[in-house]
Amino acid sequence: MIHFDNISKRYPGGHTALSQINLRLERGQMAFLTGHSGAGKSTLLKLIAMIERPTRGHIYLDGVNLNNISNQKIPYIRRNIGIIFQNHHLLYDRPVFDNVAMPLIIQGYRRQEIQKRVRAALNQVGLLSKEKVDPITLSGGEQQRVGIARAIVHKPLLLLADEPTGNLDPELSREIMQLFARFNQVGTTVLIASHDLDLIRSMGTPMISLQDGKIINNGLPYTVKSTETIA
Amino acid sequence: MRNRAPKKNRLRTYLSNHLRVALGSLGRLYGQPVATFLTTAVIAIALALPVGLYIALDNIGQLSRGWDGSTQISLFLHTKVNTKEAQQLKQRLEKHKHIKNIEFISKEKGLEQFKEISGFGDALKYLKQNPLPIVLVVNPKILNNQVDNTAHLVQELGNNKLVELAQLDVQWVKRLYTFLEIANRSIWVISSMLAMAVLLIIGNTIRLDIQNRREEIEVSKLIGASDGFIRRPFLYTGIWYGAISGVLAWIITQISLFLMTGPIQKLALLYHSEYRLSGLGLDNTALLIIISCMLGLIGSWIAVSQHLKEIEPS
Repeated sequence: MIHFDNISKRYPGGHTALSQINLRLERGQMAFLTGHSGAGKSTLLKLIAMIERPTRGHIYLDGVNLNNISNQKIPYIRRNIGIIFQNHHLLYDRPVFDNVAMPLIIQGYRRQEIQKRVRAALNQVGLLSKEKVDPITLSGGEQQRVGIARAIVHKPLLLLADEPTGNLDPELSREIMQLFARFNQVGTTVLIASHDLDLIRSMGTPMISLQDGKIINNGLPYTVKSTETIA
Repeated sequence: MRNRAPKKNRLRTYLSNHLRVALGSLGRLYGQPVATFLTTAVIAIALALPVGLYIALDNIGQLSRGWDGSTQISLFLHTKVNTKEAQQLKQRLEKHKHIKNIEFISKEKGLEQFKEISGFGDALKYLKQNPLPIVLVVNPKILNNQVDNTAHLVQELGNNKLVELAQLDVQWVKRLYTFLEIANRSIWVISSMLAMAVLLIIGNTIRLDIQNRREEIEVSKLIGASDGFIRRPFLYTGIWYGAISGVLAWIITQISLFLMTGPIQKLALLYHSEYRLSGLGLDNTALLIIISCMLGLIGSWIAVSQHLKEIEPS
């Protein structure tokens, strides 16, 4: 699903965020990306979502070399990815339903289809009753779940999450992570950046550790099958 | 990569998307009535100004259209020519193939007219004798405004030994037309400048709109919105600004016309004229609104192409 082939990323000014990363996440796998802040977790996710481009090396997403994708084609790559942010990035000028519906509207779905899928997504994150509510009135955990519903509503192949539990208490964090595990169980590839080591260890999910832009520990199994240990 | 967009009824989806965005943009403007009114009022005034000038010039042009047909040649006879000689000249000239008719203005009548028009009535009382010559006002036959033919006639009449001066009154008509031409040209200059102003106003309004919706644009880009998708609501907003401003400009023009109608009819009455102020007309109204919509679209396009690129998710 994701294949990093000798990837380096240098920002203008000389800061090297990632150097010589080789990584392979198969379809249907789930993994955590850990490391201190500044280790390169966010940069790695940004490269996959094409928010940044690598300085050197090739990234393959579902077999497509992202270096060959022009800027105009980036939106069509992103439509296969669901992205979840630490600060939700919800739009407070519209109700929950409209927030979740955005990816479907962008992709030109019919109205009936949009309603069906948004309700299904909200149901999966347990917020079906809140569809008409303004997101500002929701708690932090609920807002994050709306963000997750928006990321999965168009059934992406790949879910990327950057510190999705950064602002949540341990109880809520666990719930959110278990939600990701459920999506993974139905076939979605999931990559989550987090520094919450205790939580990650308790999940029993493979872990990729970054330090100073290098992979210091790659816990990914070489076969897909063995990821089925997640609870 | 899988392409998930439903292939069925593509066109219908496309059109209904456009309709949704267009209505959404209009709803957004409606949601902030004061801001929308202020912006569109400024644009409307900028549009109404050249439109008003155009109507004024159009009316002057219509008024003066009949005038070159009534070109007159004034023949000032030598002062020593007496009434009888002048009458004979008049009769002779009336047989000329290029002359329609001749008006005879005697010395006395000329003095009377001069008193009336010049306001020197009292001063003229002190003159011992009438200094004015007999004047024959010649109305030439004119085919298709052939002013040049008339010029020949003037020359011919001027060569007559009884005539001291043959003066073609077409000169001032020519001057008026030149003046109107300059005014017409200046309308274009003013219109272009105001069109630039409208582009800047709309561009700036859209730029602010883009900044206010920065978050929405960023999120949309992250979840795979194409540039076209993000651009569309702003372009529609620009078109709506143009459309609303066009209608407002039309209303301003109509009100101004209404205010002018009274005085102008009074003036027309003084000239015993049936003249009526002509308005913008249906075709020009449509043109006004189309142009203002186009200005809205172009203005927003400029803003969008400059500022949407700056907003990238990070």
